[in-house]
Amino acid sequence: MNDFYTILTASLVAINCALMGGFLMMRKMVMIGDAISHAVLPGIFMAYYISGSTASLPILAGAAFSGILATLMIEWFTKKARLQSDAAIGVSYTLLFAIGIILISKWGQNADLDQQCVLYGEIEQISFWLQPIAFGIVLPKQTVILLAVAVLLIGAVIWGYKGLFITTFDPDFALSTGVAVTFWHYFLMSGVSLTTVVSFESVGAILVIAFLSGPPAIAYLLTEDFKKMLILACLVGILCSIGGYYAAKWLDVSVAGAISTFIGLVFMVVFIGTSLVKRKVDVIST
Amino acid sequence: MEFWGHITTFFSAENYTLFVVGIGSGILCFASGVVGTFTYLRKRALIGDVISHSVLPGVAIAFMLTGVKNPVYFLIGAVISGLLAIWIVDYVQAKSKLKPDAILALTLSVFFGLGIVLLTKIQHSGNDAQSGLDSFLFGKAASMSIADVKLFSIIAIINIACILIFLRGFSLVSFDENYARGIGFNIKFLKSFLALLTVLTVAIGVQAVGVVLMAALLITPAAGARFLTNSIRRMLMYAGLFGFLSGVIGVFISYSGTGMPTGPWIVVVLSLFTITAIMLGKQRGVIARLKLRKGNHIKINNENVLKDIYKLADDGQKTIETSILLQQEKYATSELKAILNRLERQDYLDQVRGFIILSDRGRIAAREVIRKHRLWEIYLSKYFQMQEDHVHDDAEGIEHVITPEIEKHLIKLLERPEIDPHQSEIPY
Repeated sequence: MNDFYTILTASLVAINCALMGGFLMMRKMVMIGDAISHAVLPGIFMAYYISGSTASLPILAGAAFSGILATLMIEWFTKKARLQSDAAIGVSYTLLFAIGIILISKWGQNADLDQQCVLYGEIEQISFWLQPIAFGIVLPKQTVILLAVAVLLIGAVIWGYKGLFITTFDPDFALSTGVAVTFWHYFLMSGVSLTTVVSFESVGAILVIAFLSGPPAIAYLLTEDFKKMLILACLVGILCSIGGYYAAKWLDVSVAGAISTFIGLVFMVVFIGTSLVKRKVDVIST
Repeated sequence: MEFWGHITTFFSAENYTLFVVGIGSGILCFASGVVGTFTYLRKRALIGDVISHSVLPGVAIAFMLTGVKNPVYFLIGAVISGLLAIWIVDYVQAKSKLKPDAILALTLSVFFGLGIVLLTKIQHSGNDAQSGLDSFLFGKAASMSIADVKLFSIIAIINIACILIFLRGFSLVSFDENYARGIGFNIKFLKSFLALLTVLTVAIGVQAVGVVLMAALLITPAAGARFLTNSIRRMLMYAGLFGFLSGVIGVFISYSGTGMPTGPWIVVVLSLFTITAIMLGKQRGVIARLKLRKGNHIKINNENVLKDIYKLADDGQKTIETSILLQQEKYATSELKAILNRLERQDYLDQVRGFIILSDRGRIAAREVIRKHRLWEIYLSKYFQMQEDHVHDDAEGIEHVITPEIEKHLIKLLERPEIDPHQSEIPY
């Protein structure tokens, strides 16, 4: 059962991240996702410190808010201070991450949070948190939260697909036809923050970034159709969770690290495969 | 008093280790600031992030192969895997439709993931020598050994020396690659050499502040320095100075408080320097620009109101009622009152019981604005063949910007015209 819980949890994170990552990638904002995933640290610490866990919803919202704060900070640096955008991202998230680490080192013992778990999570211990849900079903606490967020995100993406799609692919047209570009921007950023915050405890920052960037990139190499791409990205994410988990078990290493590496391997195979196919097509057409 | 106690102990070199470590981490941060200036200018801030994450597998493999914790081996491993990561990013970018941001995020997370896999493998292998390897994640500046510090400082100084020797080439590559190639610089060599220096700096820097925060050491000093100067030499100096001070202060803070991590404190101090520079920079700073914008706003409002009064009062000769100005509905009542009061304080006009009259000074200023407006209208219609009914809006904006020199030039160019395209007289 432990295998099942771990894979289920990782897969849920993969689905959440693939949905958000797909949009981020098309908006050329994946590195902002990277920044947010580090920058929520002070918010997460606050959540832990006050409640002892990220389980309660109002505190979750507070932590997600700290992700929004990071995007606001990046925007302030680029628009008001006119710092170039790559540097704005670099300066903002490192500062927030540093503050988070300082808080954790000083008061982390009370909050049961350490530095390593920030980076690569504790998915191995996921079944310590088992609790009965309903109808005799037992699931780890984080898995339940991730499931709820997955349902919420899938619902939000279906409900807001048109707005998200048009502001992603043709923001100028969207603006000229009166679509609220800013609203959809923050809509997406809230989703990314929420995903990052809830995934953090179980899988850590690094796997969140791997899931945000990897599966969408792999899917994008395979299809141009955006809807298909999102679904394919979710499937790739799940596949990598399963593959990575068993690889980790076999080699006796960190699950989060192994899944990240597995994503890298899948990307390499697809990248080489698609370039070979492309070369063949080029040869035939000439 | 305890604080001063710490400072005197720190500088008295009584605590030799702390002194050496403080200076050493200062030199490290100095080198990253200097090298990072080029990373910043080439807009590759996030590449710094990728390099710092990707040194981890190299370090782990170096340990697995040699079985000892030797900083030289670590350095070699780190440099190899850092360069490999840069190469992968460039290669995938050139060969696929993926955008840089996705490639950067993917490369850094996969390399880091692999690093963690290897680290956990080492930890589970039960090799006693492995303890402390995970200090690469968050750095250990405060607990570096004196031998480490000496080695890192030497490398950092070599780095800085290389930058100084190749300063001209590196600057040209950062600003204008094509130009540099045109005048015969070996671009490929310069870029590779700069990449090598960057990776080398990152490889020693991560040992002080850890992989996540290393990006800050490269970028944050340069970002702040950019707001203080336009000269690249000064920028290098400021960036290095910010780095050095943060390195020393960071070590000092983590030494004076219990359980205080060094790397994060270095980054926080560094960010404070940079944010201060961003706010207070003389020309580019946020406050300087806000002031300038507010000044422009006041100037434009003043000139527009003077112009309106002048026209309403038959070339400024008569007294007009304030209410007529209000009826134009260009300004809210309170705003207009504020502008009028300001103009009165500056002796441009007098207000008496609801009436306004321009002073001589006000008349001259108003004529100047109107003159500039009409000259510009003539210029547009003459040199750009614009229709008479199209030139007004453009002139409305430019009239506040034209300097006396440009005005003189316009008058000469247009041969001191008498009337504008709308047949109004030009007041000289």
